[in-house]
Amino acid sequence: MAMIRPLSEALTGTTVEVPAGQPILEVKDLALRFGGTTAVGGVSFDVKPGELFSIIGPNGAGKTSIFNCISGVYRPQEGSIDFLGDSLLGVRPDAVAGRGIARMFQNIELFDNLTVLDNLMLGRHQHLDYGSFAGMLYVGKAKRIELENRRIVEDVIDFLEIEMFRKFPVGMLPYGVKKRVELGRALCMEPKLLLLDEPVAGMNVEETEDMARFILDIRQELGLAMIMVEHDMGLVMDLADRIMVLDFGKRISIGDPESVQNDPAVIKAYLGEGDEGEADGEDLGARTEALATEEVSS
Amino acid sequence: MTEQNTKTITPKANRATLRGRPELYTEYARDQALLNTASKKLWTGVLVAFTLLLPFLLGRDLVGLLTLVFIYAIGGIGLNLVTGYAGQVSLGHAFFVGLGAYTSMFFGGAPSMTLRGLELDMLIWLPMAGIVPMLVGLLVAPLAARVRGLYLAILTLGLVFVGEHLFREARTITGGPQVGRRGAIPEVLGFNFYENQEILGFALRREQIFYFFCFALLVVMGVLARNLARSRMGRAFAAVRDRDIAAEVMGVPLLRTKVIAFGVSSFYAGIAGGLLPVAVGAINPERFNLLFSVEFLAIILIGGVATISGSIIGAAFIVLLPRLVQVTAPYLPLIGEVVSVEIAQRMLFGALIVVFLVLEPRGIYGMWLRMRNYWKAWPFSY
Repeated sequence: MAMIRPLSEALTGTTVEVPAGQPILEVKDLALRFGGTTAVGGVSFDVKPGELFSIIGPNGAGKTSIFNCISGVYRPQEGSIDFLGDSLLGVRPDAVAGRGIARMFQNIELFDNLTVLDNLMLGRHQHLDYGSFAGMLYVGKAKRIELENRRIVEDVIDFLEIEMFRKFPVGMLPYGVKKRVELGRALCMEPKLLLLDEPVAGMNVEETEDMARFILDIRQELGLAMIMVEHDMGLVMDLADRIMVLDFGKRISIGDPESVQNDPAVIKAYLGEGDEGEADGEDLGARTEALATEEVSS
Repeated sequence: MTEQNTKTITPKANRATLRGRPELYTEYARDQALLNTASKKLWTGVLVAFTLLLPFLLGRDLVGLLTLVFIYAIGGIGLNLVTGYAGQVSLGHAFFVGLGAYTSMFFGGAPSMTLRGLELDMLIWLPMAGIVPMLVGLLVAPLAARVRGLYLAILTLGLVFVGEHLFREARTITGGPQVGRRGAIPEVLGFNFYENQEILGFALRREQIFYFFCFALLVVMGVLARNLARSRMGRAFAAVRDRDIAAEVMGVPLLRTKVIAFGVSSFYAGIAGGLLPVAVGAINPERFNLLFSVEFLAIILIGGVATISGSIIGAAFIVLLPRLVQVTAPYLPLIGEVVSVEIAQRMLFGALIVVFLVLEPRGIYGMWLRMRNYWKAWPFSY
């Protein structure tokens, strides 16, 4: 009978060693263009070990594009991305994963026909150190490695409280659980840096609070550095150590939550100039409200 | 639970806890086993015993037909690995089966005035029949991995045409069109698997011996494929099939995974190709055409996409269906009067593919799953 282990004992590869004061990820003058459209135009930032770094900005500001550049899905035209001192430019997505960067997607990208267990085991793909032929025989080493990793996966399942779903095909699960499974899959990769792309998008208050709790627990247990893109201002302001605000592919502000909130450039981007801007678009209205409430309370 | 407590659970107490709880697992190994419930073990045993008894109950032609089922099933498993599991639609399966057939004839066939053959042992020609198509598959795969969906189907379709031409022209190996060639000699260290033999005092006919041989090979290759599917590479196949970009971000290398899928699939196709001519006696190069590829697609569509047992069920269905139509034709209206038996067989074949695609995309295996779940939940409907 296996006992429940704390996450820090199950996932031991998440610790990073960088010289004091050095960032774990450093992005410099990143530029990404699609034809004539500039998605990201010269953005620089860095993420320190154990930091929860948040990127916010209106739709189309280039947040997800930055994630895609980091994980190797897009190749930026200019700039540099250094992770633990090595460049990530031109590195294929699977190799980026191998270097220790895991990612949770904005629109759930789980493998719908597979069970929760298999989805999480896929997160362990690069940690399963046996070949296809050994897998065909499924004895000795292959079996042992499968069982060891099954246990790690089970620890993550326990952590995320999704025990009852472990043998369900993911496609059948409700939205909130799917998001949790996706977080679990990223965790199973035993990353050194976790990219969270709108982890609470479309969730109700309870589900958002659960997710916030998981993110805080991950920080506490693993000390994992995270970059979070999120529209829920309450969550961002409460959780993030530092925030970068993007607008039209440009960085308009960076700093701790308080200074970002009071930055005139940010207020301008979100609220527009003067009073007329506030009436602009319903989508903007909702976010305006969130930010306004935040300002009143602080 | 503390360390102390885990040790106090004796096997006996464990058994008491498990009684009446068939799906309570106290070890991951037991949960992950292929036959992880008592009923699975029982029914697999019954099925194997029944299959081993069949050749003593049936006539020679039916035993031969069932042997063909096993061979088609091996080929079907191969296609299911690349198309069902890895999601790479291949219309080129007939080419790889053909390649396996002619490799086996070259290495294991008897030479004559016009034909080349090395008359090697089956221990050599059967693995070669798998390896040569696998190598060709590995060569083609990087090209095929660049395209997907419909384009991949067309690309692999091209293979069939190239293959048909090659097989027709390489007369010294294939016998040439309309002539064909006999299969390789299935002899291992002097023991011929396609000759009447006396084993432990039992006189066995050659069909029976070859039946047992093909069944054993199917079991071994089926288990290997099942293990592949449930281990690291099999999960990577499914990930590439469901969402290729997410798979890549999770650390699954796309090209490598697709190439392996094609390689393993071609190996299975080649083994089926090596055995096929032995079972049917002789084979013409025209056999390995597009229709043959479609037959394999029908096997996995009707049997069940992305299941090993589905491939076997589908093979049984496709191989036995023409015979079934033939036997029942006299009792059915229209057949024999309006349409000939042969045309009825083809129409039914086509209709079944359409029906299964529309109504039950998971095939007969999916029907079985639904039936099982219905009776598990009975009398509740949910």
